[in-house]
Amino acid sequence: MKLAVQLYARARDLAGLDKIELELTEPACVGDVRTALADRIPELAPLTRRLLIAVGTDYADDSLTVAADDTVVCFPPVSGG
Amino acid sequence: MIRLTHEPIDTHQLTESVRDHAAGAVVLFLGTVRELTEGRRTLALDYEAYPEMAMAKLTEIAETACEKWPITAYGIIHRLGHLDLGDVSVAVAVSCPHRVEAFEAGRFLIDTLKEIVPIWKKENFDDGTTEWVHPGLDASTDTPVSN
Repeated sequence: MKLAVQLYARARDLAGLDKIELELTEPACVGDVRTALADRIPELAPLTRRLLIAVGTDYADDSLTVAADDTVVCFPPVSGG
Repeated sequence: MIRLTHEPIDTHQLTESVRDHAAGAVVLFLGTVRELTEGRRTLALDYEAYPEMAMAKLTEIAETACEKWPITAYGIIHRLGHLDLGDVSVAVAVSCPHRVEAFEAGRFLIDTLKEIVPIWKKENFDDGTTEWVHPGLDASTDTPVSN
């Protein structure tokens, strides 16, 4: 399936894109998104382990299954305030 | 009241919005743009958010705080975009019957915001370089810091 992933902050700047479409084999989980991102964008590879991934508006563990129509968002540790 | 805004934060209006006859204490926290960070001079900060999730997480944090303390009213505003030195980046106002719970609730709100709300800041240093602030990541190499 094709899955769109939004990128923020340094993840977006390193990728040079604010959204990327990944090709994943079903069933796919958040951990597969992480791996596919690193494969697709080598610049992101060193960060991959520390990137946070949200599905919808909640943080997601690597074991969570994702569907093609999920809103999937990936970003480095937050620094608001 | 919870809000993300690109406009300057009216801290007086926010403070007044949580004042109530049931409250004997009002605590206001302001986060402001600091010039020096570990010896480096900052000229400005740029903030961005994943807005839908930031609003959801702020709401979640506020609900948790209301379960833990007898909060009369609260208000959280986070600014986004380009901020100059001294600008207010975040304001948290909370009112409670007594000061101890107002301080505790205010502390919880800002601490938890900084921990889980998807907002990021980018430093604009005086040497012309910029750098995203991502706690736990080494900025210079973009490699993970070992735990």
